[in-house]
Amino acid sequence: MTPRRRLAGIGAFTLTSALLLSACGGGSGDDPEAANEGPSTGIVTVSNGEPQNPLIPTMTNETYGSKVISNIFAGLVYYDAEGQVHNEMAESIESEDNQTWTITLKDGWTFTDGTPVTAQSYVDAWNYGAKLSNKQNLSYFFEPIEGFSYDKDSELTGLTVVSDTEFTVKLNQPESDFPMRLGYAAFMPLPESFFDDPKAAGETPVGNGPYKVETWEHNSLIELRPNEDYKGERTVQNGGVDLMAYTEEDTAYNDLLGGSLDIVTNVPSSSFATFEDELGERAVNQPSAVIQVINVPEYVKEFQGEAGTLRREAISMAIDRDQITETIYNGSRTPATDFTSPVIDGWTEELPGNEVLKYDAAAAKKLWDEAEAMDPVGADFTLQIASNADSDHQTWVDAVCNNVRSALEIGCEFDPYPTFDEFLDARDNDAISGIFRGGWQADYPAMSNFLGPIYGTGAGSNDMGYSNKEFDAKLKEGNGAETPEQAIEAYKEAQTILLEDMPGIPLWYQNVTAGYSEAVDNVVFGWDSDPLLYQVTKSE
Amino acid sequence: MLWYLGRRLLQLIPVFLGATLLLYGLVFLRPGDPVAGLGGERGLPEAVQEQIRQQYNLDEPFIVQYLLFLKGVFTLDFGVDFRGREITEVIAQALPVTFQLAMMALVIEAVFGLTFGLIAGMRKGGWFDGTVLVISLLVIAVPTFVMGFVLQFVVGVELGWLPVTAGRDPDFYTLLLPAIVLAATSFAYVVRLTRTSVAENLSADYVRTARAKGLRRTQVNGRHVLRNSLIPVVTFLGADLGNLMGGAVVTEGIFNINGVGGTLYDAIIRGENVTVVSLTTVLVIVYIAANLVVDLLYAALDPRIRYA
Repeated sequence: MTPRRRLAGIGAFTLTSALLLSACGGGSGDDPEAANEGPSTGIVTVSNGEPQNPLIPTMTNETYGSKVISNIFAGLVYYDAEGQVHNEMAESIESEDNQTWTITLKDGWTFTDGTPVTAQSYVDAWNYGAKLSNKQNLSYFFEPIEGFSYDKDSELTGLTVVSDTEFTVKLNQPESDFPMRLGYAAFMPLPESFFDDPKAAGETPVGNGPYKVETWEHNSLIELRPNEDYKGERTVQNGGVDLMAYTEEDTAYNDLLGGSLDIVTNVPSSSFATFEDELGERAVNQPSAVIQVINVPEYVKEFQGEAGTLRREAISMAIDRDQITETIYNGSRTPATDFTSPVIDGWTEELPGNEVLKYDAAAAKKLWDEAEAMDPVGADFTLQIASNADSDHQTWVDAVCNNVRSALEIGCEFDPYPTFDEFLDARDNDAISGIFRGGWQADYPAMSNFLGPIYGTGAGSNDMGYSNKEFDAKLKEGNGAETPEQAIEAYKEAQTILLEDMPGIPLWYQNVTAGYSEAVDNVVFGWDSDPLLYQVTKSE
Repeated sequence: MLWYLGRRLLQLIPVFLGATLLLYGLVFLRPGDPVAGLGGERGLPEAVQEQIRQQYNLDEPFIVQYLLFLKGVFTLDFGVDFRGREITEVIAQALPVTFQLAMMALVIEAVFGLTFGLIAGMRKGGWFDGTVLVISLLVIAVPTFVMGFVLQFVVGVELGWLPVTAGRDPDFYTLLLPAIVLAATSFAYVVRLTRTSVAENLSADYVRTARAKGLRRTQVNGRHVLRNSLIPVVTFLGADLGNLMGGAVVTEGIFNINGVGGTLYDAIIRGENVTVVSLTTVLVIVYIAANLVVDLLYAALDPRIRYA
């Protein structure tokens, strides 16, 4: 077996829907142009919100903007609904050692301004994204590339343009999942015009994806229209997409019921109990790459040492995940059995050691008592569960607290922070007095993305201060693995270590809860919780 | 009169300075670090955060930040918000639609409130009075968001009489339902104010005199009762315009109107001091202007009041 790996592009899945639709689209006869333009010509309206940043790929770290970026840019690879990686602009992505990667591009691609997409477009874009003084939100994605610096402006010396259609990437260390990341917004190419005026380009972006931005009316709507010059496999099956800005999920849902909106990407929690009845087959409720956990800071003394570990396990086993996901979330959450997500390759329900994630009040109480025998905190101890209170977290915290109180016979209360940034501030400054909420949405569909950034020693989101050399070694083993299967094995073993140490207590995976109108067909939500807009069909 | 107007306009200056300083101080005291929140759960690299803080002067002490803000006000250059949009543009987009909504609500509450209040006051203790009393109590008791969602669902989704949301180009028709919701609470107050005032004035000496002179009933009611009863109502309406403009957060959210309320809420959550203070300052000025108009109206309503 050779260590050489290659990502093969498979793009046949859109064909079936295309064939099916040409039949109904052509039959209407109202619009003579409809037949020429493709199977369906309706404009699909989708609930969204105002992007939080300019429409620059390396700035886009939130869902409103990424719905635009992922549709107007085409990177080296793209993800299908299941999170499988397919080549988009890449002809091949190859490496002998998982450290130096040779990337060749398909020829003949252009940006919507007519200029060609070349290896230089990628190298310039990545350098722009990585440069400190450009203040790009996603700059840390370039950290693995040689030459990256957090402290000063520096060039990514690991990037070398070989020809118009080939460049090489040298990483600081082997990273087996590097190709899987390349479909993420940070790694998109940029046209030359971008660098002349990034500010203007953030307002009217020029991309190479299946769609282009026609207009952007701030706080109101973004019109995406098919890009005729797009050469990839994400063939557009509709006349365009209007992303409508909503500030309230309830409002968007009412618009869907009222018939003025085609796709709602988030069903409001007030309708969790009823939306599947109201929408029938047009309701979407499937796991996504989002996990909710309770993190345990290492600096809180009740959770240190051997007694601390027992307490972590006791709390975990005191939580009745099945009941909470059913009664509070009406099945729109799935109880967690690991630290990743069911939509990720390698996920399993049978991770060794995951019994601690199963509800067992008696066993929990026993563990807590054992800990008390070693290092007592007393019966009047009150567990604080911290979270930001500017979105709906109190409900589940109260439910978890009820579990904890009745199973462990200790106090438990919600420790609210008014805004998210105050909450982050407290986390960064080790000022949380108990355990705290953590949530993670994967950037790219890989196990490593759920582990390294959160539990790795010194990692950006490791606000617990967790550090375990064995765990770090397993991560490294996974990163340098020769095959994806070997990597997955290493990441599973890494998770088993997490289950022993419990730096975080996995709660549940968040489902995509969404719905669509009778006017649209072929609505599929992907692993990343977003609908695959290009394949939605709507006749006029 | 002109002298009075000039003096009132001069008063704007200390009010403006005081209001902005106070507002800036309050927003500054908001705990947390807005820049830290920009990166979501993952956070931004420290060096990037530092650069952003420099760009928005967030690393400067309070008074320097405030003076820089004032400089922005006088040069009409408020800078850009965290999304990179010109703040003047943000305000210019949010203000007109909210103003239209607030004016519509004001007209609705004034017209219906005065009419109903007048009739109820004239027939104090009658069945109309009783019904209006119950309705106004009910409207005051039901929170705006409940009324908003119920009306949206019943009138918009179920009956389909009016649009569910205002959409991208709000006009009179699409803003009608939100304006009704927004006006509801104030409408109840206007009804009750007018009713009490009318009832009181009906037994006033000058009304008895007017009747004794043999004036017709409509003349007495129109010229004497209503005109005098208007003073407290006009005071309320003037103050209410400010409330309607700044307090439409809930209504705007429910009907997806892209106005001041939503923008302000968003800016507070994101900790964007300059946007919050700029927008609020505009509201303060609207409030002051509305009150000035009210004061001038007093003179028109009550001959005893004259401004020199």
